[in-house]
Amino acid sequence: MGAQLRVYKRRIRSVTATKKITKAMEMIAASRVVKAQRKVAASTPYATELTRAVTAVAGGSNTKHPLTTEPENPTRAAVLLLTSDRGLAGAFNSNAIKAAERLTAKLEAEGKEVVSYIVGRRGVAHYNFRERKIAESFTGFTDEPSYADAKKVAAPLIEAIETETAEGGVDELHIVYTEFVSMMTQTAIGARLLPLSLEEVAEEAKPGKGEILPLFDFEPSAEDVLDALLPRYVESRIYNALLQSAASKHAATRRAMKSATDNAGELIETLTRLANQARQAEITQEISEIVGGASALADATAGSD
Amino acid sequence: MAAELHVALVAADREVWSGQATLVVARTTSGDIGVMPGHQPLLGVLESGPVTIRTSEGGTVVAAVHGGFISFADDKLSLLAEVAELSDEIDVQRAEQELERAKAEDDAEARRRADVRLRAATAAR
Repeated sequence: MGAQLRVYKRRIRSVTATKKITKAMEMIAASRVVKAQRKVAASTPYATELTRAVTAVAGGSNTKHPLTTEPENPTRAAVLLLTSDRGLAGAFNSNAIKAAERLTAKLEAEGKEVVSYIVGRRGVAHYNFRERKIAESFTGFTDEPSYADAKKVAAPLIEAIETETAEGGVDELHIVYTEFVSMMTQTAIGARLLPLSLEEVAEEAKPGKGEILPLFDFEPSAEDVLDALLPRYVESRIYNALLQSAASKHAATRRAMKSATDNAGELIETLTRLANQARQAEITQEISEIVGGASALADATAGSD
Repeated sequence: MAAELHVALVAADREVWSGQATLVVARTTSGDIGVMPGHQPLLGVLESGPVTIRTSEGGTVVAAVHGGFISFADDKLSLLAEVAELSDEIDVQRAEQELERAKAEDDAEARRRADVRLRAATAAR
């Protein structure tokens, strides 16, 4: 076998191995998307009921609560960024980070100091490399977040928002995550969680039904209910965002691995063509060598006669 | 009209139980409360404790609920809890072990949780 042909054969073998790996990763990601989507669906009843309850209290009583009233001039805002622990997901993490940077820039333009909270190793690495300050980071659960993880993430945020701004607390809480629109579309979005804008919550709770919320009897009192309700609301929103982010990450991985598999397939095809060509060239050369040798031999015998 | 209320017992990551019922008893921070069809719209904070649901078919469903909310309007009642377990999902032996351990370690939170589980499990029997 010629040297050229051997090189091609070797590359084909290695690309075939890579293709097998990316294909397997694609299939794993595809099955995980379905699982993650199911988890999003399972968490929906709780989120809907909680949103309904929050709307009921906030709309049905005149209670003023620090978490629902806008401070007169907010000076500090917390931004929670959800990224993944692992890469190989195309532009998934960079899109989320870019969205967070846009939001940060916007908040800073409004004269607010931004405190960053980050979920996922990718985001942490990005911020550390640029030597930006991270208030708190959470890693190790982005593939399959549980409610306990969401609570862990929410706890310091709720604490920060309940602290007075002068003592190091924050006035606003924003969250940047990747919304799972469909298998093909996932968009990184930034949303404000707190202070709660009631119109938004009300819109979410009533998808076009226009039902009128009844006058509730609060047990023990509207303030107490709101006190207990809002942290749970934040937790459930963060949980939902974590789940959507996980589903989006798996979908992005699937897509990235699919195009890697396709590219590997194309590469194998090109390499096979080149290898065939090299083999053909080798054969042609051998034939012409034999023919040349034979005719030289024939000439020699003819000359000796 | 047969008086019934639609009950949904929802935990953070799943729907634990849903169906028609005639009476629901739950423990709020200010005491036990029983809700029957036609009750005034209500929104309350729940304590850790067993929740008893008397279903329309005459059966009884008991669940251990660890904190959460009860919300009732238009004969639709929802029980929201971060953690909720039906009594037949509770492993009595494990709950007893937990209770022992919590007592030994003087962990009030864990002790209360185990206690609620055991109470819910025994109430169903």
